[in-house]
Amino acid sequence: MLTYLRKRIISSAVPLLVVVVGVFALARMTGNPAALYLPLNATEAMREDFAIRNGLDQPIWVQMAQYFGGVLRFDFGTSMRTGESAADMALRAFPATLQLAGTTMLIAIVLAVIVGSAAALNPNGILDRFSSFVSMTAASIPDFWLAIVGIWVFAITLGWVPTSGVLGAAAWVLPVATLVMRPFGTLVQVVRGAMVSSLSEPYIKLARSKGATQYRVVGAHALRNAAAPGLTVAGDLTVGLVNGAVVVETIFGWPGIGKLMIDSILQRDFAVLQACVLLTAIAIFVLNILIDIGYALLDPRVRPSAGARGRRKARNEHRGQNNTPATTGTPTTSAPVPTAAIDA
Amino acid sequence: MMTEMREPTADKATANDTVLEVTGLDVDIRTPRGTVRVVSQVSFTARRGRTLALLGESGCGKSMTAKAIAGLLDPVASVSAGRAELNGVDLNQMTAKQRRAVAGPGLGIVFQDALTALNPVYTIGAQLGESFRIHRGANKKQAKAEAIDLMRRVGIPEPETRVNSYPHQFSGGMRQRILIAMAVALSPQLLIADEPTTALDVTVQAQIMALLHKLRTEDHMAVVLITHDLAVVAEEADEVCVMYAGNVVEQGPVDTVFSNPTHPYTKGLLDSVPSDAQRGEGLSSIPGSPPELNKIPSGCVYQERCPLVSAICREERPVLRETGVAQRAACHFSEKVSSAKVSTELANSFEEENR
Repeated sequence: MLTYLRKRIISSAVPLLVVVVGVFALARMTGNPAALYLPLNATEAMREDFAIRNGLDQPIWVQMAQYFGGVLRFDFGTSMRTGESAADMALRAFPATLQLAGTTMLIAIVLAVIVGSAAALNPNGILDRFSSFVSMTAASIPDFWLAIVGIWVFAITLGWVPTSGVLGAAAWVLPVATLVMRPFGTLVQVVRGAMVSSLSEPYIKLARSKGATQYRVVGAHALRNAAAPGLTVAGDLTVGLVNGAVVVETIFGWPGIGKLMIDSILQRDFAVLQACVLLTAIAIFVLNILIDIGYALLDPRVRPSAGARGRRKARNEHRGQNNTPATTGTPTTSAPVPTAAIDA
Repeated sequence: MMTEMREPTADKATANDTVLEVTGLDVDIRTPRGTVRVVSQVSFTARRGRTLALLGESGCGKSMTAKAIAGLLDPVASVSAGRAELNGVDLNQMTAKQRRAVAGPGLGIVFQDALTALNPVYTIGAQLGESFRIHRGANKKQAKAEAIDLMRRVGIPEPETRVNSYPHQFSGGMRQRILIAMAVALSPQLLIADEPTTALDVTVQAQIMALLHKLRTEDHMAVVLITHDLAVVAEEADEVCVMYAGNVVEQGPVDTVFSNPTHPYTKGLLDSVPSDAQRGEGLSSIPGSPPELNKIPSGCVYQERCPLVSAICREERPVLRETGVAQRAACHFSEKVSSAKVSTELANSFEEENR
């Protein structure tokens, strides 16, 4: 386990560095913050003074060196907007995103397992065709459209829920309902496919020959075998949400990391933007480790003790089952760390 | 050792010994191009402490027959007629719950493919113990203890440690032993072994057959052995049902049927076994291949390949009729078959064994 962690940390260091350097450079291409923070008629002296105060007068590699020097001392710079510590702002926004992502994924996974399994019990039956239609629709609806229609119907016309904010349970309904669609729709199809294939395996007949109930056959024997492909996709989808559901957080005024990131980009608040990116990158790194541990818990063949042959075999099987529709178009910033790799 | 089993029961088979009685069993498969009958009018009886072999080529319906009895047919297949009575109760009339209650204590099945039949994500102990948890209400600890006993019984070394291993950590032969252990876990009255040695090395095959033999003797189970291996039938079975294209074409005691086949198909099978007597000659084989199940001819199912075929065979399907002591065959000309000389080592070996 420790060897595994060490390997993961070392192998993640390079992508992490690349991401931070990339964001650092890209952010500075968006323009000079002075144009936003100083009055239009600011003098040259004022501009120079602003640049010196924020360290923007230095060449970019010097700025970068200073930044990384700070990072090593856990100093992530201060916000130009508020003068607060950038790390504090990012850390304060992050729980809101995590809660939103966690709630969304929990609901999506539970519903998808139930609907997907039920559909798989009778392939091409009425339930299967209905759930296929529903899940395709759910996975295809753009979230910005759904969010706006949701606000219009449920918040403005009916007045059942607030239009934005985080106060009270009602405020969660629309953001979660909007976000849950894509993961639910995608996962139903993954779970259904994996369950159809595991229900046709010989070990299902073996379980039935022992007198196992349908509940036991489906819930214990088939589902656990079908869980690995589901976990892969659920991991990818969670990464998208943890990155910050930028559109949904912005529309619903959800004070999460996605909204903070967008605000920081618009305000050219470089330190905060960098802190946000670094934080999500680390979160995704941790998430990937959790997914790996999940694999090992679900399938003994991918455990380190299983030996290379068992691991390879299991992995290939999971790949084979993982024929999901491409999850494209999530309007988030790019996922910084390569996702869901079983091989440590 | 075979004879010792046969002596007390062979000629004094009473109704009490009957464990499984299959009568007129039909199995249909629904396909996009219509319904296909894959098992037609199959009848046989399996008795306590004895082995009945279902013998035939791949696709002749022997596995389907077994699955129909065990209630494990795929959703597209169904039993459309006939009865399969386990201790006098028709399995096909049972509710799902009654079936589950029988699966394990009444009827155990050993599956064909040992490499994929075990669930890869559960330990051997958990899978072996599952029967005890389902049927005996055992807790985890008791189930594990039972699993260790079973592993010891089927000859798996170091059961105390191996009980926590996963299927992929066992060899094919060991996995087959585990499957057998699972089937006999609750000492069923009937054991169905569906080609239990097909996926295994030849040396391991012999061990597995010996194990099945030992368990049958210990538990006095009725065994239905499904195989395409004539040598296995000769070695292990007391009675044989020769199946062709979903029909039983000949049945009876193995020694009688093998030494004096009364159906041309049985004779063809026996003739195709290489023997010392034929050294230097080419191997004989049955010309042609079995008919596709949706194109079974209206007369005799074997007409296309039969050397004795004549006009009546194309018009009228022969029914099973007595051709010897406890021997029956479905052929219009079974007398002609039996008068032909059979020259096989198998028949000879039977004569020797029964001497």
